[in-house]
This record gives sequence, structure tokens and C-alpha cells, in this order.
Amino acid sequence: MEIIGIIIVAIFVNNVVLAQFLGICPFLGVSKKVDTAIGMGLAVTFVLTIATIVTFLLQKGILEPFGLEYLQTISFILVIAALVQMVEIVLKKISPSLYQALGVFLPLITTNCVILGVAILVIQKDYNLLESVIYAVSTAIGYAMALIIFSSIREQLALTKVPKAMKGIPLALITAGIMAMAFMGFSGIDQVFK
Amino acid sequence: MNNNLKVLINGLIKENPIFVLLLGMCPTLATTSSAINGMSMGLATMFVLVCSNAAISMLKNVIPDMVRIPAYIVVIATFVTIIEMLMNAYVPALADSLGIFIPLIVVNCIVLGRAESFASKNSVVSSVFDGVGIGLGFTFALSLLGAVRELLGTGKIFSLNIYPEQFGSLIFVLAPGAFIVLGFLIAIFNKLQKKEVNN
Repeated sequence: MEIIGIIIVAIFVNNVVLAQFLGICPFLGVSKKVDTAIGMGLAVTFVLTIATIVTFLLQKGILEPFGLEYLQTISFILVIAALVQMVEIVLKKISPSLYQALGVFLPLITTNCVILGVAILVIQKDYNLLESVIYAVSTAIGYAMALIIFSSIREQLALTKVPKAMKGIPLALITAGIMAMAFMGFSGIDQVFK
Repeated sequence: MNNNLKVLINGLIKENPIFVLLLGMCPTLATTSSAINGMSMGLATMFVLVCSNAAISMLKNVIPDMVRIPAYIVVIATFVTIIEMLMNAYVPALADSLGIFIPLIVVNCIVLGRAESFASKNSVVSSVFDGVGIGLGFTFALSLLGAVRELLGTGKIFSLNIYPEQFGSLIFVLAPGAFIVLGFLIAIFNKLQKKEVNN
């Protein structure tokens, strides 16, 4: 039951983009077309899951036993940057077709705060490894979902006539605001699973 | 000195990181539920920006070109850790309300962007001025957004009463308000800037 609670909260109630404001830059940047939104969503899911496992093990295996928690930020960001590079190289060799689909998005992910954010959050929330992985996967699903819905709306918006000053980012932000309002309707749903 | 002043003004208005360059959106939206929170986030980022700009422009001849991005990230992460520890020690309440967004200054594109595009090519003094200018621009944008949200949401600015609280609309303090207010502020900024260009 608790696990289902984590999943529902991460996807709907505390949606990573619309309620926690993580990963806004790519959310605004790559959401002009549905295809690119799907690619970015997949790339984030892939990297976020691996990165959370690695940083979790790093925290519990090295930083905590040696009392080096203050190095958390530095070590996490370095590990994530190296990991993204490695994923890129391995993917190129093992699955060229997947690399073709995700390739362009991978370098962008290092500076996506979702990855570092979730890595730090699972430590703060004191999850165990299984819960951390589930939290990471459902956060990524929530991210991909928000991105895909948002990009479909923006594809339609691109065809409408709007005041010049509102064109582009301002209108996109207001759209995101209305989406966030809709997602607020989910709040409280997590009480059922407690 | 005149040139340095130009760099400073440039960061504040012409290249305002939020309204014009549209960088660093995550902390902008997340930490501006009140004017004071927005301003402290801006100042924390400015500290990191000035220090990392200074350090990187000092080290620019030492760092090999191949590994410059990881090297910059380490420098930035060091200063972020310092400010995180300082805030936890001296202003724990504020550190609590900014929460995870203090360590996330590391991945703020503004800091790395200035390191790459300005500090790695310019002298220490002008890099510091650039850091102050961009930092002030960021702080200004965050304080403005925070003030507007606080005013519409609770009828206060910097906790000073402007109108009775029951007329405020809580939605502006919550998540959707962040997106909507920022959207309108950028639209207003666009409009004003266009007028300036036409004149």
C-alpha cells in the first residue's frame, strides 16, 4: 500500500514539474513538438533511474560510513555528469537505434535539475533502495506525462493568433499555470493510501 | 571603470537572466512564494556567481580546455556547499524554506553559463562585475516576482500589510500562481523593451 502511495503522489499529487518546479528549462525548451517531448521523457526516465541507484549507493556506501555528507552536492553532480557521458557511450555501442532516438537529449540532461533533485530528495526522505527506485521511476513518468500533455497543448497554441508580447514563453508559462491548477485537483488523494 | 559599469548595467537590464535570457527558471518559480524568500535565493545565487566567476577567471589559464566543464562544475559546487553550510548555520529557518533549491544552485544554468561565456575569457575584475550585475538582475527579478505573488496572495509585501489578507487570492502563493505571474511579467517586459527599441 505504501508503495502505491509513493507512486500516486510522485506522478499526480506532487508532480515534479507542476508542483515541485524541477526541470523547468527543458520543460519549456523541448516542448514545442510532441515527438521531442516523448524523446526527452524517455531519456529522463532512463537516466533518472540509473542515477538514483548510483547516487543512493554512493551516499550509503561511501559518504555516510566515512562521515563525508558535506561532499554530497559535489560528488553527486560529478557522478551524474560522468554517468550521463557513460550512458551515451554505452548506448551508442549496444543499441544504436535507441541512441538515435535519445542521443540529442542526453547531454542536456546533466543540467536538468530533476536528476540531482531526486537524488537529494530520496536521501532527505530516508527511503530505502527499493522505494528510491520506485520514487525515481514514478517521478520520471510524471515528468514525461506533464511534458507530453504540455507539448500537445503548445502544438495547438502555435496555430492561434495571440498578442505579440505574449507569444512564446509568456503564453507557455500561463498554460503551465492552468495545468498546475488542474493538477491541484489531485491533492489529498494520497490520504487514501495511508 | 566605465566599462565595468556597463557590464554591471548590462546584466541588470539588457541581459536580465530571467526576463530576457530565460535562464534559471526552476528556483525562480519555486522559491518566490514571498518577496523575502525570492530575495534571499537571489542573494545566495549571486554569492555563488561572483565567487565562481572570480575563481574561474583566475584559473582560466590553468584549466585544460578538454576538461573545462567538469572543472567549472567542481568550482561551482564548492561554493554552493559553502553557502549551504553557512545558511544552515546562521539562518536555519530560511534554509528550511528554500530547501532543496540551495544545493540545486549547482545546476542553475546561469552560473555555468556565465563561467563559460564570460569568466573564461575576461579578467578577474570584470568577471566579478559581471557576476554582480547578473546576480543583481537575478535578485531583482526574483524579488519582483516574489513581491507580486505575495501582494496578490496575502496582501503584503515583505510582510508589510498593504490591504487586508482576506481579499488576497491564495492561488498566487501556490504553484499555479508562480507560472501565471511570471508569464505576465515576461510579457510586460517584452512590451516595454519593444517600445524602447522603437524609440
